[in-house]
Amino acid sequence: MYTLRVKNLKTYYKVQRGFVKAVDGVSFDIERGKALGLAGESGCGKTTIALSVTRVLPSNAQIVGGQILFKDIDIVTLDDVELRRDVRWKGISLVFQGAMNALNPVYKVGDQIVEAIRLHEPEVEVKDANERAVKLFELVGVDPTRLEHYPHEFSGGMRQRAMIAMALASNPDVLIADEPSTALDVIVQAQVLKLLRQLKERLNLSLIVISHDLSIIAETCEKAAIMYGGKIAEYGDIVAIFKRPLHPYTQGLLSAFPGIRAAKTRLVSIPGSPPDLLNAPIGCKFADRCKYAMAVCRKTDPPLLEIEKDHFVACHLVNEA
Amino acid sequence: MEQELIRVEGLKKWFPVRTGFIQSMIGGEKLFVKAVDGINFDIRRGEIYGLAGESGSGKTTTGRLILRLIEPSSGKIFFENKEIAAIPANAFNPYRRKMQIIFQDPYESLNPRMTVGDIVAEPLHVQKICKDDKEVKEKVYKVLEEVELSPPEEFVSRYPHEVSGGQRQRVAVARALVLQPEFIVADEPVSMLDVSIRAEVLNLMVSLMEKHNVAFLYITHDLALARHLCNRLAIMYLGKIMEKGYTEDIIYNPLHPYTRALMAAVPVPDPESKRAEVVIKGEIPSPINPPTGCRFHTRCPSYIGDICRLKEPPVVKMENDREVACHLYS
Repeated sequence: MYTLRVKNLKTYYKVQRGFVKAVDGVSFDIERGKALGLAGESGCGKTTIALSVTRVLPSNAQIVGGQILFKDIDIVTLDDVELRRDVRWKGISLVFQGAMNALNPVYKVGDQIVEAIRLHEPEVEVKDANERAVKLFELVGVDPTRLEHYPHEFSGGMRQRAMIAMALASNPDVLIADEPSTALDVIVQAQVLKLLRQLKERLNLSLIVISHDLSIIAETCEKAAIMYGGKIAEYGDIVAIFKRPLHPYTQGLLSAFPGIRAAKTRLVSIPGSPPDLLNAPIGCKFADRCKYAMAVCRKTDPPLLEIEKDHFVACHLVNEA
Repeated sequence: MEQELIRVEGLKKWFPVRTGFIQSMIGGEKLFVKAVDGINFDIRRGEIYGLAGESGSGKTTTGRLILRLIEPSSGKIFFENKEIAAIPANAFNPYRRKMQIIFQDPYESLNPRMTVGDIVAEPLHVQKICKDDKEVKEKVYKVLEEVELSPPEEFVSRYPHEVSGGQRQRVAVARALVLQPEFIVADEPVSMLDVSIRAEVLNLMVSLMEKHNVAFLYITHDLALARHLCNRLAIMYLGKIMEKGYTEDIIYNPLHPYTRALMAAVPVPDPESKRAEVVIKGEIPSPINPPTGCRFHTRCPSYIGDICRLKEPPVVKMENDREVACHLYS
């Protein structure tokens, strides 16, 4: 059963010189209790997807096409009141990138959690909301007496845990974690990833993990979508993608990530830089950096095709073979 | 064996903590952040020496101390067997030519109002080593080509915002390289870069090392990258070196419990790997009042009793230039 289905989502930013096609026809779906990883370089549209799904896009951005189906409701068509009543926080919640700086420094952490609960569920009494905050802190492994503290009294890892607690305040079905562990130290990062895995299992959460670090996705997710230039390059079962990467971009990314126990190698980079999404090239967005690029790559956009079960690839090279 | 270039002995940097006026009048204890607290290591010519650890362990401070961008509180630094930590600033100037640094963030370490050409030429002007503008231009062009920013004439007139992130960091490398230094501190040179372009900057470092026999101090929190880059490695925690030795030895046989914890925490890009979940609890304690005895004892999974809490572990020398500071081995 799918909790969230995104179909052909298109989100564009309007700028002076035209439209930046940050997300340009992206489809994926997530089952209950499963995790999907969105990976890619900066500027490939990962965060824009998160912002589109929760409809918290900046004012110059617009969802210009596609559907976001959450339990058969299309989020794209909801108005603000319905969105706040049915979806945000109760259905889908978002842990922002750099969550450590997302807490308000002049309010106690506990009060911020209570505010989040009462804003989305006005019927809840303050007392009950406080109790819920205590339970949430226990759930994420922070001493509940810390609810009375201010964010600056928290360490980075604790702030991240507090943000996760806050996101879980109204029992969402889907939790989106945008770069949940960047800016954290390795050991704290491992702790936060472990917490996410535990929560997913205990609460039967659907998780979207957004990261540029493929190893983080390998450790937390069952499915992955590798994004490039606002589109999905490769999508499917995590083992298939890591063991049999078919898109040249995925292959490049994977070889840029050396395993710590792997034999010592010279690192491999992908020459060039991501395309300008304001004037995206015609055809495959990756063609300019691809060592296998053919004439057809610069003419038509490769469709995302299922090559084997649960393994989709958008590449002319694979489609031809 | 390659000859030693830099040696650090008992290096310390204690930053005083500012206390209030009244506090200082009533004789409150003077507090210090013990950022670097007595470390020893040496770097050989033509090697990449890794310094790894969590944030707050004193890695960056160490790098800056060696270049005397901050003055050490005590301890000795030797460059080609000459002590350079205590010599006056003007006597140190010639050494600045031989020692350079690449900073972490290429978006902040390049002046946005200077062109790439000016940025790379500035060290030459500061050190006054070129007799005329023609020679400056020649050197700048040559070094830009070396860092693969070619053709150089296309890059010299650009501003930092007009080049990509990876190219920016290569400008920073070119700036460090233009004086033909013998030693470069690379402080997390790729942590702000996208994954796909990290390797190009790192490979550039490796080829410079091979070609010009430049020694690097590579400061990083990423053990996986350190493993593929560094010849030798030192693991720091709260201002102390916990373990050091050849990278292969440390990666395949970590001895110190902290090194083991760090290794276990590194995510593996393999969905099928079952990694042992020995994630240690808590976060790095404050360096103002670091734990007594062994600094790691508050988080150590192999805590063996009072000795860890009370006595600072001695540095135990092992075979193959390995050193570990842990009571388990003493």
